[in-house]
Amino acid sequence: MASTSTKIKQDSGSIFIKLISYICITIFALFCLFPFALMISSSFMNEQEIVREGYKLIPNEFSFKAYEVLLGSSTKLLDAYQVTIFITVVGTVLGLFMMSMAGFVLNRKDFKYRNFFSFLIYFTTLFSGGLIPTYILMVKHLHLKDSLFAMILPAVVGAWSIFLMRNFMKAIPDSLYESATIDGAGDFHIYWRIFMPLAVPSLATIGLFSALGFWNEWYNGMLYMDTPAKYPLQYFLQRMVAQTNMGSLINSGAVINTADLPTQSIKMATAVMATGPIILLYPFVQRYFVTGLTIGAVKG
Amino acid sequence: MARIVQGGRNIARDLLKNKVLYLMLLPVIVYFAVFHYAVMPGAYVAFVDYKLNKGIFGSDFIGLKNFEFLVQTGELWNITKNTLLYNLVFLALGNIIQIVFAIMLSEIAGKWFKKISQSVILLPNFISMVIVGVFAYNLFNFNSGFINTIMSGAGLDRYEFYSDPGIWKYIIVAFKIWAGTGYGMIVYLAAITGINHDLYEAAYMDGATTWQRIRYMTLPILKPTFILLLLFGMGGILKGSFDLFYNLIGTNSVLYPQTDIIDTYVFRSLVGQFNFSMGAAVGFYQSLFGLLLVLVVNFIVRKVEPDSALF
Repeated sequence: MASTSTKIKQDSGSIFIKLISYICITIFALFCLFPFALMISSSFMNEQEIVREGYKLIPNEFSFKAYEVLLGSSTKLLDAYQVTIFITVVGTVLGLFMMSMAGFVLNRKDFKYRNFFSFLIYFTTLFSGGLIPTYILMVKHLHLKDSLFAMILPAVVGAWSIFLMRNFMKAIPDSLYESATIDGAGDFHIYWRIFMPLAVPSLATIGLFSALGFWNEWYNGMLYMDTPAKYPLQYFLQRMVAQTNMGSLINSGAVINTADLPTQSIKMATAVMATGPIILLYPFVQRYFVTGLTIGAVKG
Repeated sequence: MARIVQGGRNIARDLLKNKVLYLMLLPVIVYFAVFHYAVMPGAYVAFVDYKLNKGIFGSDFIGLKNFEFLVQTGELWNITKNTLLYNLVFLALGNIIQIVFAIMLSEIAGKWFKKISQSVILLPNFISMVIVGVFAYNLFNFNSGFINTIMSGAGLDRYEFYSDPGIWKYIIVAFKIWAGTGYGMIVYLAAITGINHDLYEAAYMDGATTWQRIRYMTLPILKPTFILLLLFGMGGILKGSFDLFYNLIGTNSVLYPQTDIIDTYVFRSLVGQFNFSMGAAVGFYQSLFGLLLVLVVNFIVRKVEPDSALF
């Protein structure tokens, strides 16, 4: 549309609409960026200045104190990083493996009960047992309290991701595995050697969604983790901000006086550290994300 | 009977024939069996007086007592009302803003501007709601929040946001829209880009202005997508956004009257009060009501647009 509108002489109304569009989008985009900018500049503020004057967009002087404390191994931030990286990597790899196999099988036309199993998976998006029965199952029966797997297992597979995977695989012609079967390849062999290489774009899309989910995980961490060293990054951040128990987030052996902590700037610095990797990956990730969204939008 | 036996035999035969396929499906089946289906009977906890040492099925059955209590105290009504109203506003206002931004973005010619602004508006989608909670703290906190910094700089009194329930309705809605616009905008933008170019070209030839084109072509074309998203949203209208509410409100009980939703209530009855049965009763009510809504909505969708129905 953009190119056609420049070819034809524009009426004043269309110029007005364009102008309004530019202004509104610019303002909204600035609104989207503002909290990030405020968070970053606040994290570099001097503690006394925050206490005296409050968080500001442009501080009088820059201080790295909050980052020094955070990274100086006197807090459990590095533990939290390890936890989050662990659950993200293990959860995403395990989830992709499980979901791609399921997508492969459910797409096979010679798999007789594919509709039955698809419905079993689909039904879980309609009805759930609820939080409290889930909690009782996790804690009393699976004994996952305070285990890192309490943050991985409940989120490892998503019903919609399986269907997305299955739909992606529809694009791969049946004749391909028919001929592979004739050549004597087994089902797993076909999946691993033929399907997986062709499915890389869909694996990347779903893997990104899944990795983002694990990176932002805090809820199961809050429900099931007791040991502060096992808190994921986002929950660590939340505890830090709520300041309910700052002491537990600091290494006991560290020579640091809790009273000396730059408590206000350290909150923002932790938030920056928890957001950082995503902001750095963002330009790369965004493209896949948009593709995934657009494909998802076709069916609604 | 004979048919069932035969059916069992069929599955058994299929299992043998396709054992590799079944094995490949097994991990996902186990996952759903354990984390979803095994949980469902646990909803029974809503009908008992749960005692930790006795377990769900060992505790005394008390029927609908938990529900009665919730209705009598008026809590069920308050959290249902809040959940419904918030979700309605999120749905309606959210979708309208997304459509407006999608149209505005499609009208813009500058390629770089388009790309950059689209990325920036999508950015809030990538961060966790915990970070949104930090943003709120950063902006509204009494002693050091940005807004209070500005206000005291201008000689005004500081404002205690965290003790005024009224204002959080607007803050919650604002953050929800802030976080969700990019996502929906792209969905609608995809629908606009899918519109046949020739249609627009023909409209130009006939002398349609940009406004007429938006009014009589783009909007009607987006209408079915809008209605569908709205209908599907209705199915989940009793659920959701725990992330947002908990991270903005937390355990600040002063704000509950205006900000408590079903999910936050259930969470609190688990973590704060260890009132398993009461929380489970609310959760069961939410799940059942949600399922019914999905069925009704799907029925309507099938009438309106058969191709888009879920089942």
